[in-house]
This record gives sequence, structure tokens and C-alpha cells, in this order.
Amino acid sequence: MELKSTRDAYGETLKKVGGNKEIVVLDADLSVSTKTNIFAKHFPERFIDVGCAEQNLFGVAAGLALSGKTVFASTYAIFASRGLEQIRNTIAHDKLNVKIVVTHAGLTNAPDGASHQALEDIAIMRAIPHMRVIVPADAIEAEQAITEEIHSEGPAYIRLNRAESPFLFDPGYRYDIGRAEVLREGQDVALFATGTMVSPALEAADQMKKASIDACVVDVHTIKPLDTVTINQIAWQCGSAVSIEEHSVIGGLGSAIAECIVGQHPVPMKIIGVGDTFGQSGEYNELLELYGLTTRNIVASAKRIMKVQK
Amino acid sequence: MNDNQDFSEIDDRVRKIRRQIITMIHKAGSGHPGGSLSCVEILTVLYSRILRHDPKNPDCEGRDRFILSKGHAAPALYAVLAEGGYIQDKELALLRKTGSLLQGHPDKKIPGVEVSTGSLGQGLSIASGIALSAKIDSRPFRTFVLMGDGECDEGQVWEAAMLASHYKLDNLVAVIDRNGLQIDGLTEKIMRLEPLSKKWTAFGWHVLEVDGHNVNEIHAAFKSAENAKGQPTVIIAHTFKGKGVSFMEWIGAFHGKSLTEQELELALKELA
Repeated sequence: MELKSTRDAYGETLKKVGGNKEIVVLDADLSVSTKTNIFAKHFPERFIDVGCAEQNLFGVAAGLALSGKTVFASTYAIFASRGLEQIRNTIAHDKLNVKIVVTHAGLTNAPDGASHQALEDIAIMRAIPHMRVIVPADAIEAEQAITEEIHSEGPAYIRLNRAESPFLFDPGYRYDIGRAEVLREGQDVALFATGTMVSPALEAADQMKKASIDACVVDVHTIKPLDTVTINQIAWQCGSAVSIEEHSVIGGLGSAIAECIVGQHPVPMKIIGVGDTFGQSGEYNELLELYGLTTRNIVASAKRIMKVQK
Repeated sequence: MNDNQDFSEIDDRVRKIRRQIITMIHKAGSGHPGGSLSCVEILTVLYSRILRHDPKNPDCEGRDRFILSKGHAAPALYAVLAEGGYIQDKELALLRKTGSLLQGHPDKKIPGVEVSTGSLGQGLSIASGIALSAKIDSRPFRTFVLMGDGECDEGQVWEAAMLASHYKLDNLVAVIDRNGLQIDGLTEKIMRLEPLSKKWTAFGWHVLEVDGHNVNEIHAAFKSAENAKGQPTVIIAHTFKGKGVSFMEWIGAFHGKSLTEQELELALKELA
């Protein structure tokens, strides 16, 4: 199976679109890891390394955007929060064209341990007015999300990963900001997944199919603005829901979906994510197992929540 | 740009702006008079003699950019913007009122305000980004930022100071309103800044020091900054918090306190 990380897709996409002179790319001393170094090599005159100084990263990004530039500002997901107030008070408040593209989100910085694993970032960014929050599920969706941002006004937080993951989409796939993508039709239980967890959600649906359970699988690449119409409709039709994310169970995709359905069509729901805890060092797959971010847990949770309904 | 060296008209304007500042803060019932009064000469010289700008077309491409990093001095900026014709005088009376254009701290939606500020230590980064974009596109406009001295406690100021000098942003001028007081007391007692000039020099900046209430000196410093090549300029402007009103000068309590009816009356008499 061919694999590719969403950060690699980011680097290549920036190179592809880099001829656009309005694009400026910023990094905070992590360009080799975030893959902005590819852009830096081809368009050095429009690449700015601010050094490891994240508050300045977002301030400088704001200034460039105020001058009409489309700015991509990158660092690890965990370190973006270091410039949180700058993001909130300037970039988001003034609706500036700054695309905050972070890599190594969730547990993918596995051996580095808790200090390098971002498990709260969706919750934090989602709470900021004007901020789009996008979590692509594979390299193709990542490429389209990045490309789309060039033509979309205002700030966005795009959450990418280090881990290589399978392709879920054909190159002909058409990504739409704000549209929850139904990947598998089903009537029995709704599986809402984002980012790296879309792939195991599909596997879970395959396994349940063998037990004659038709799970609906939805790729929620845009956590904000959330596709409330599609999500409410599917949750109601299925009668129960499971959300899956490589993120804390507090404030992320699961919370967003729960907030959405509770006022319209509440159904029993299980939120799968990392519990209210910090991560730790380990192999990536071992950590996913440890925190229950597995196909097996999705299947078990889905079966349990379906019973609650009955 | 007006090169007229007669500053008598500026002196009148400075007094008028001070009257407007304390009046609008009094009407609002809250605000920051001390640090607004300390930077009036700096802002007045900038807007009347230095900035290339057009109040009728606030977003014109070639304009020089100004950012008020010490956003709590918003009343001073608003008075200057009203004087310049960006906003109407009657707006000043609505400062800080619900639904008002004039927010407690500068908001981008106000004509003439480049970016929202208020949280300290961030303006220099933003100004550096603007100056960088001018360098990237070889555009001739210049970028100015006014900072407080207290906000130099923020680490981000020094991150930006490094960047501006690293990228040789000689199209950038920072002014520090060195009034010596921050909320909790004297800057040198709360968090020592001195030797401030040497710090900026060490960071690679062209450093000038002026009497921040002397319009001749301020004007000359801005002119001198135009000739600094290959490095950004910082003007350390020595000022008095609460300048212009005898009972407010150097009084820390007037950092964030409105004036009573009686105090306003007395102050307006002094500024008549």
C-alpha cells in the first residue's frame, strides 16, 4: 500500500503553488520537519525563518498579511499554542490571511513524548472566532485543503501529521471547505472521524459489515465551520454515533459534534480520543493502541452505543 | 510631506489633543490618560510632518504605516486621527461605549488604524512583517511603531528586535515612549530596562534618544532615521506620564484611571 504523510503533501503543494508571488512562507526553525524547506529552496526570496520564536512568527505573519500577502506560517502543532494570544488578538480578530499549518499533531511525535505531542490544539483553535479548523485525512485531501486556502479569505488552522498514512482519495477527489465527506453510506451507526482516524474508521466499517452492521463513515475534515446539516441528518438517521480523533476527548471533534446534535437531534454518542491526560514517549502505533485509537476500539464502541439506542 | 520647520502650530495642536484625551476618557469613565498624554508630541509630529498618508484614502497603497503597539494610548491616537480627518470629532465622545466605533483599544475597523492592538509587546512583530513585505516587493513606504517602555518587558519585543535587525529593516522606525512608569510602579523598580539604549544597540539597531516632548528633537530624529541604511532605527523618547497636567505628571495612579469632574475642570484650565 502506498503511504504518504500530510506534511509531505504540504511541502510539495507549497512548491507547486509557490510561483504565486503573493505567497510568503514562514517557519520557526523547524522547516526541515514541517517541509517548508522545499518552498525555501525554490523561493528563498519569499521564505522567512524567524528562528525559534513563535510569538514573533505569528506577529510577523500578521504584518505580511496586512500588506496583502497570503501567509503560510508553520511550526509543530504543540508550539503554535505558544503564540496563541497573537493568533487570537491579531490574526483571528482582524481576519488576516494567515494560514497556520502545523505538523506533528496528535501523538505522531511519539518518541519525543508529552512535550511534543499536541492533544488540545483543536479545542483551543476551535474556540477562537473567525478561525477555520481543518484536519485533512490523507495526502490528497491535504494538498487540496492547502491549495483551497490560497483562494479563501481569512485565517485557518490546518492540522497535519508526521506519520505516513494510506491514500483514501483518488486524485480526482474534490474537497470542499466546510463539507463533511460521506465516505461510506450506512444506516446502523454513524462513525465521524477526522485526520488520521478516518482510515481506521473505514476499517472498522469493513469489519462491522461482516457482522451485518452498516456503519456510515464520515470524514469531518472541517471541524470549523462544521457541516451541521450533514452531521445532524446522519446522526439522526443512524440513531447513534461515534466520533474518533487523535486529540483529547475534551473540546475536539467529538465536542463539536455533540454541540451540534444536542440542540437538534440528540442521539447516544461515544467520543473516542485520548482521555484527559498527557501523552508519553513510545512507538506511534503502541501509543495509538494504549489510548484506544484503534479499529478494534471503534468497532467495540460502535456496537456498545448501538445498544444504548435500543 | 511638509518640511516647514515652524512648529508653533503643532504646539497648539498638542494642547488641543491633550484636552480631547482627558475629556474623552472622562466621558468614558475609564481609560489610560497617563500613557496617552506622554505620547502626544510623538504622534502629532508623526501625523503632521512625517507620515505620508491621506485621510481621505486611508488604505492608499503607498502610505506609510503606523502601528500603536501601546494600544492603551488609544485616546491619543483617536484624537490625532480626528484631527487628521480620519474620524469625526463626535465619535470621540462615544469612546468605550457599547456599539461605538472607538473601542477601548485600537481596532482595525477604525479608519486609519492599520491593525488591532492592545495586548502589549506585539506591535513590533507586526510592523516588522509589514516592513518585510515592503522589502520583498521593493516598495518605498516606511513603517512606524510606537511602543511603551513597560511593554519592553515582553520577550516578543526582543524576538522582533532580533528579526528586524537580522533582515536589515531600515524601512522600520520604532519609537519607545520612555515615560518610566508601568502599572505596578517605576520601570526600574518593577523590571529594570536600563541600559535600554545599549540593549537596542546590541541587538543591531540604530539608536537615537530625544526629549519626547520637544517637537524639534522628535522631528529631527525621524529625519535622521531616514538616513540609517541596513539597520532599523529606534527612537527612545524620554517623556513624562501624564504630561501637560501638573497633578497628573509622574503619577502612577493615572495610568488607568479616569478624571473626576473637578480634576477635568482643573486640567482643562491648565491646557487652555
